[in-house]
Amino acid sequence: MNRIAISCAVSAAFAVAAAAPAAEVNVYSARKEALIAPILDAFSEETGVAVRLVTGNAGQLHERLLAEGRNSPADLFVTVDAGNLHRARQAGLLRPVRSDVLDAAVPARWRDPDGFWFGLSLRARVLVYAVDRVSPDDLSTYEALADPIWSDRVLVRSSSNIYNQSLIASMIEARGTAATEEWARGLVANLARDPKGGDTDQIRAVAAGEGDVAIVNTYYYGGLAASADPADRAAADATRPFFPNRGGRGTHVNISGAGVCAHAPNAAEAVALLEYLAGETAQAAFAALNHEIPVRAGAPSSDIVAGWGAFEMDSLPLAVLGERNREAIELADRAGWR
Amino acid sequence: MPAGADLRRPKRVAARLLAAAPTAIAAAVSAPVVVVAAHLFLPAGDVWPHLVDTVLARYVANTLWLLLGVGLATFVLGAGAAWLCAMCRFPGRAIFEWALLLPLALPAWAIAYAYAGMFEYAGPVQTALREAFGWTRRDYWFPDIRSLGGAVMVLSLALYPYVYLLARAAFLDQSVCALEIGRTLGRGAWRGFAGVALPLARPALAGGVALALMEALSDFGTVDYYGVDTFATGIYRTWFALGDAGAAAQLSAVLLIFVFLVLAAERWQRRRARYHHTTGRAGRAFAWRLSGWRAGLAAAACFAPLALGFLLPAGRLAAWAVPTWRDRADAAFGALAGTSFLLAALTALLAVAAALAVAYAARLGLGPVGRAARRIAGLGYAVPGSVVAVGALLSLAWIDHRIDGFARSVFGVSTGLIVTGGIAALVFAYLVRFLAVSMNAVDAAFVRVTGHMDDAARTLGAAPARVLGRIHLPLLRGGLLTATLLVFVDTMKELPATLILRPFDVNTLAVRAYELASDERLADAATPALAIVAAGLVPVVLLGRAVARGRA
Repeated sequence: MNRIAISCAVSAAFAVAAAAPAAEVNVYSARKEALIAPILDAFSEETGVAVRLVTGNAGQLHERLLAEGRNSPADLFVTVDAGNLHRARQAGLLRPVRSDVLDAAVPARWRDPDGFWFGLSLRARVLVYAVDRVSPDDLSTYEALADPIWSDRVLVRSSSNIYNQSLIASMIEARGTAATEEWARGLVANLARDPKGGDTDQIRAVAAGEGDVAIVNTYYYGGLAASADPADRAAADATRPFFPNRGGRGTHVNISGAGVCAHAPNAAEAVALLEYLAGETAQAAFAALNHEIPVRAGAPSSDIVAGWGAFEMDSLPLAVLGERNREAIELADRAGWR
Repeated sequence: MPAGADLRRPKRVAARLLAAAPTAIAAAVSAPVVVVAAHLFLPAGDVWPHLVDTVLARYVANTLWLLLGVGLATFVLGAGAAWLCAMCRFPGRAIFEWALLLPLALPAWAIAYAYAGMFEYAGPVQTALREAFGWTRRDYWFPDIRSLGGAVMVLSLALYPYVYLLARAAFLDQSVCALEIGRTLGRGAWRGFAGVALPLARPALAGGVALALMEALSDFGTVDYYGVDTFATGIYRTWFALGDAGAAAQLSAVLLIFVFLVLAAERWQRRRARYHHTTGRAGRAFAWRLSGWRAGLAAAACFAPLALGFLLPAGRLAAWAVPTWRDRADAAFGALAGTSFLLAALTALLAVAAALAVAYAARLGLGPVGRAARRIAGLGYAVPGSVVAVGALLSLAWIDHRIDGFARSVFGVSTGLIVTGGIAALVFAYLVRFLAVSMNAVDAAFVRVTGHMDDAARTLGAAPARVLGRIHLPLLRGGLLTATLLVFVDTMKELPATLILRPFDVNTLAVRAYELASDERLADAATPALAIVAAGLVPVVLLGRAVARGRA
């Protein structure tokens, strides 16, 4: 078997060497293939640079980059959530990039101050409520969901999910650990059911009446509203998004983003791809493919997202989400938020 | 020591090399598990006390309940259906005989998604109930599908075919000699089953249940989606969310203790007993003919696992696929199916060849290193796939860095990653995960070849290779076929290792389906999931036909 393994590897290496085009860029992406491949194809067509893609779970791609070390073929690491980008920087997986194009396209608050990573799209973590049972006047903040009037009415997914971890981290930063832990306990006490399923499941459960209000990311609501399945659209019709904490620190917003890998063999192409992803065409595609909010000022949103209008965003520096990630997970464990 | 030991000891150099190769295979395949276990000796920081204070008790309790439930349910479903199909005659038996294997073609997480879609609060069943009776949420009770009980049900339906497959072969083998005696002594079908057949089939039953339990331990997709915290989800959270590889490996080590318990129980029940039979496959000569309500009950008992484990979830997937399949079945789809098929076929052939080599070497007598490596190599199946995958990644990357470092220092050239990120790395990880499956099936088949046959052949001057080729292989054909097809189907469904180790632009049906499903686009995920089923159906039906002919 060993001999077979070696001969496979050698022949694969030769095949790769023989087929390698003049310019290429290798992407590790925690964004799902369906949400990035079309944009990468457009980049290849426009520039002639071949793009090779591996998608995977953010944590596992992180481990793969670590294990491959200086021999890694990866040029660009695309991932979701500022917490993951921060972890990648801390682990030495990324390198700083200086680019006037990127600095102009990506507002300073959505990128690393030293250029290790750049936000590419925004998603807000909002409340989705049942139109027939909840008045938007009853809703105000994330904090208010711990109030006993919401007993047996709140839905949220597991705290294993990084979107919840980052929400908790942002609250720790704003309110302190003790107050946040008390909030988490109150939230868990108000849950209509144990956390299970993804964000879309929470919205469906609100529409069906299993709970009255859920904490979800905006693009999941957009996905239901634009679904080919009539049952999905009906669930979106029965619910509405609410942007909490207006007038205060604003709604919690996170990013998907990317950084050039520390050992990138094709760093110039990686920067070119990063600039393309922040450009007008790709930004419009992010909005169209997944109902995310473009990071680039003036880029068009999808009709559904545009319908929500502007909202106040939490101005917390995103790196904090990564710094406080572990605290957030441990706090959730203590509060019994599974 | 048996008297034939001297005769079985290979003397020539070639034979010695032949005997060393299986040790090398087993050692290579056990490397990733050892690498993970080696993390035990890294400082784990302060996470461990936190885990003990908060979540560890839940992981242990849920994992134990899951094992207990899946163990009992797969035993009852698998052994019961196997006995009915092997030893009784009733309407529909000829179809059930192979159709009971169909759930093998469905990934467990696809069954989980389908059941949640049907039976959760927002699903069509409960919605229809509420509309029909005007109920609201507090007016009625309905079992929560996304619960420990739901996970036990889904995993049992997905995994009972392992027990069925091995139990059925055992029942057919033993039939004539033992049962005829029982029958002469006036025992009916039921007492023949409980008093004679079950005890005699113990090795096969234990092997099947052990496979099911190991797969249940390693399951992540189902328990994660159903909100059940087990060791698998805990390891995942500790490693990939808390970013603490040391603590995750320590959790994995605790998980390995569970595995050792399962395997030790399996070996303990076998103890020193040997279960050889004098005849091969005369089971057809003998059967209980059922009629009336007994026949109806038997048919119902076989139809239930088939309907719940395959027809219902596959039907749900098909209903999802109807409005979306045109958009999903694009040009790239053929390439996906081709890649999945080739990877699965290659892995299946290598896994069976490796299992055969190791099993045969074990028969000739392995050294202590070989024996230990063989035990560890079988553990990869029970460790969560994502952990095995990272273990494989670390082992292969280590080799690459050594080669690269050597080339840089001696030739001043970087060789980069030769192994990691190639197809070979991926197939290696598959072998780490699934060698246990092929070893179990091959071992079960070898048990049925008596040692006396070896002794007789060797006494007559046949070399070990000749004994293997002329005596064992023909007798083992059914077991080898079973092993090939099981590994093939398992590889078609494999996710975590594929996700982390695949080379650029290599995509499989399972990856495509799971990416869409985990992005909560179930309707879009249904088409690739059904394609896995379709590709898996061919081998499962092949296997089923071989089963029906009594070979597997």
